[in-house]
Amino acid sequence: MSSNPSDSSTPRGEAWVWFTGLGLIVGLGMVVGLLSLVILNGVTVFWAPPVPVAQIDDGRTIIGQLAQRRIRAGSPANAPRYELQYQVGLRELNGNSYLWVDEAKVKAETFPADVLGLERVENGPAFVRPVSLRKSDGQTVLVTDPSFEVAFQAEVASASAVREKLVEITRHRIGDVNAEMDAARVALRRAEDLKLAAEVAARRGQITSLEQRFAALQAEAAKVVAGGAVASLVSREASGREVLVPLTQVIRGWFPNRLDTWGRIQLFSSRLGEFIFDEPREANTEGGLMPAIFGTLVMTVFMSLMVTPFGVITAIYLREYAQQGAVLRIVRISVNNLAGVPSIVFGVFGLGFFVYVLGGSIDQLFFADQLKYNNNTPVFGTGGLLWCSLTLALMTLPVVIVATEEALAAVPRGMREASLAAGASKWQTIRDILLPASAPGILTGVILAMARGAGEVAPLMLVGVVKLAPTLPFDAVAPFLHMDRKFMHLGFHVYDLGFQSPDSDAARPMVFATTLLLIVLVVALNIGAIWIRNRLRARFKGAAF
Amino acid sequence: MNPTTPSRIKVRPATERDGRKDYISIRDYGFWYGQKKALDAISLDIPERQVVAFIGPSGCGKSTLLRNLNRMNDLVDGISHEGDITINGRSIYDPGLEVISLRRRVGMVFQKSNPFPKSIYENVVYALRVMGVRDRAILDEACETSLRKSALWDEVKDRLQDSALGLSGGQMQRLCIARAIANRPEILLMDEPCSALDPIATGKIEELIHELKEQFTIVIVTHSMQQAARVSDRTAFFYLGKQIEYDTTEKIFMNPSQAQTEAYISGRFG
Ligand SMILES: Nc1ncnc2c1ncn2[C@@H]1O[C@H](COP(=O)(O)OP(=O)(O)OP(=O)(O)O)[C@@H](O)[C@H]1O
Ligand SMILES: [Mg+2]
Repeated sequence: MSSNPSDSSTPRGEAWVWFTGLGLIVGLGMVVGLLSLVILNGVTVFWAPPVPVAQIDDGRTIIGQLAQRRIRAGSPANAPRYELQYQVGLRELNGNSYLWVDEAKVKAETFPADVLGLERVENGPAFVRPVSLRKSDGQTVLVTDPSFEVAFQAEVASASAVREKLVEITRHRIGDVNAEMDAARVALRRAEDLKLAAEVAARRGQITSLEQRFAALQAEAAKVVAGGAVASLVSREASGREVLVPLTQVIRGWFPNRLDTWGRIQLFSSRLGEFIFDEPREANTEGGLMPAIFGTLVMTVFMSLMVTPFGVITAIYLREYAQQGAVLRIVRISVNNLAGVPSIVFGVFGLGFFVYVLGGSIDQLFFADQLKYNNNTPVFGTGGLLWCSLTLALMTLPVVIVATEEALAAVPRGMREASLAAGASKWQTIRDILLPASAPGILTGVILAMARGAGEVAPLMLVGVVKLAPTLPFDAVAPFLHMDRKFMHLGFHVYDLGFQSPDSDAARPMVFATTLLLIVLVVALNIGAIWIRNRLRARFKGAAF
Repeated sequence: MNPTTPSRIKVRPATERDGRKDYISIRDYGFWYGQKKALDAISLDIPERQVVAFIGPSGCGKSTLLRNLNRMNDLVDGISHEGDITINGRSIYDPGLEVISLRRRVGMVFQKSNPFPKSIYENVVYALRVMGVRDRAILDEACETSLRKSALWDEVKDRLQDSALGLSGGQMQRLCIARAIANRPEILLMDEPCSALDPIATGKIEELIHELKEQFTIVIVTHSMQQAARVSDRTAFFYLGKQIEYDTTEKIFMNPSQAQTEAYISGRFG
């Protein structure tokens, strides 16, 4: 400190600089820490490391991918002992995919080139040492045969082609027939009830033809199964027991100890692609997240489309038309406090008002037949995309209102006066001058609202998000966008994986991967909005913005 | 009384009223911002197609009076007035007269140029657009005429669709003048239109005022004695919200009847 009291402001000021800088460092550090944790854990899920064959003290042998290493509970702090977690797969045999082993008890680890990793349709992955391949044409290829790997991958590919065809038939085409059948049955019941003889006959005919189509599709599926690859892999698991893996079960196989870096990168991208573009499997712990990504995206976009006009109109009223005074101040304080209400409260409101009252009335008014002849199955009177978007729009409304009010207030007074002096009415001034000039500020509010809405989970669980939605909210059937449907959401997916999954060890990496995806999605949405805002700003450059 | 005007101020010879009728009449006008009286007992007549300058020290109420002529002060909360202002015989406070139609007849140019963040073209035709004019030909023609009148046409005719915010300060102010005259108002109010401009731009705008005078009645607030002397036919001097003297510019500058006016003009206060 300076001895001159009149000079003391500089050092004191510097102390404050350090203090505020420290705040920034702590904040940044936490953000960086969070991001690197999520990125590290999320990205490594898709990376295929070499897989050891470990000899354990007690005589066991393990083939498995190292998943975790941690200090054993109760081991002394100065000489910690570690334990290792291996993902051994073959859940149907081992009872569990993961195994903890005391590191000190691992006698030897080798990396034999013939270790094969398998991703399977059921029962999770498997790590085995193949013996021979029985091809679909009946021939057997021994693992020592140099053509083994090529033959194996070819069989896997043809098996998955068959599987895809099957999914196409059973899930999509039969699903469409089922949906039509449900509609036809409702129509039939209605026609019978109202004694419309002609309609009854027509519907009966329709149902018969649908049943025929159903049977035909089933036959087609059976034919695909029969004509498909029946290859299987004979292999040994760690302890030497023989395992027979039908290749119809195999999604992907790789030799983890034989891959070069480029091969690992290819495997990584293929897994990442599956994660982003496929549908989930195995209680969501495997497969992809496409429905959840899509659901999150559509819901966020709709939420923004709803909240923006409401928020902007409200703000215009508050700022430009309302009588400024005590009442308005109270309204403003209430609006600002609305932003602090716990989100689950909005969920309860959404359920109580949007779903039951609004949705119920919509059903009564427009879907009365549907209710009456379809066992009271609600259409809009249950959670769905529309109600989720509306609930979150309500929740983020204050953000948009406050941002818009501030943007309107920041428009230079001169511009407003110039417009009025030119003979414009108040509304013309708002529409032609104030709104365009405050568009960047409004968009900032929308960006904040989107960021908050996209990451919100709690209220959505009450008003329409589900663990597994059978259909996307968007398809080729009119009206194409089904706002009444339930949908999947990345945030809920994280919660579901992390807390509701039967196999928590298998779910843990997926939690991080899903979290990472959620972050990426929110960032992407924000970048999109920021890009729009910057283009608007460029148009108004030199103005107050 | 001795002419105490400094020799550097050149005064234009007095223009006769040429039988012009009074166009704006302000009668016993007083005005309050809340409890604060900003104008007191103002009475003056402004003849048509002449330039009247309002001068006086800062805070004396020049802008207030000017902004009341097109009721811009209606935007301020808690204002009140007494007396009356008539334009062409009709009170501006006539309940049957819409403020919007009043403002369409009384254009205004502000001290700080305030172009909209739109193209030059859209800036100029804004007043026509809000009147509902859609016809492209009319808009084009109004844009060209007013840009020509405000001596900006040659500088911007090739970039009418560019943003107005890319113009220089002086060009922006001339653009604002073009915008104010595009819908052919009868009166043009100018509040220190040159205070942010260099002498060349100021000169251009002063020339412009001479030309515009042929068609418009112009009221200009200025802090520059020279400018008032150069451009105006009549000058009103205000002090502390009161009208001290109002006469032809020649009389005010050469032979003012009030000591306060003389003191202000000769630069002894204010
Ligand atoms: N919006 C307002 N609310 C309250 N008082 C105001 C407002 N505008 C102006 N005044 C007051 O009214 C008086 C006259 O102001 P006005 O702006 O008319 O002065 P002026 O002569 O134009 O001064 P200047 O030459 O500095 O522009 C001043 O005392 C000012 O403080
Ligand atoms: Mg002023």
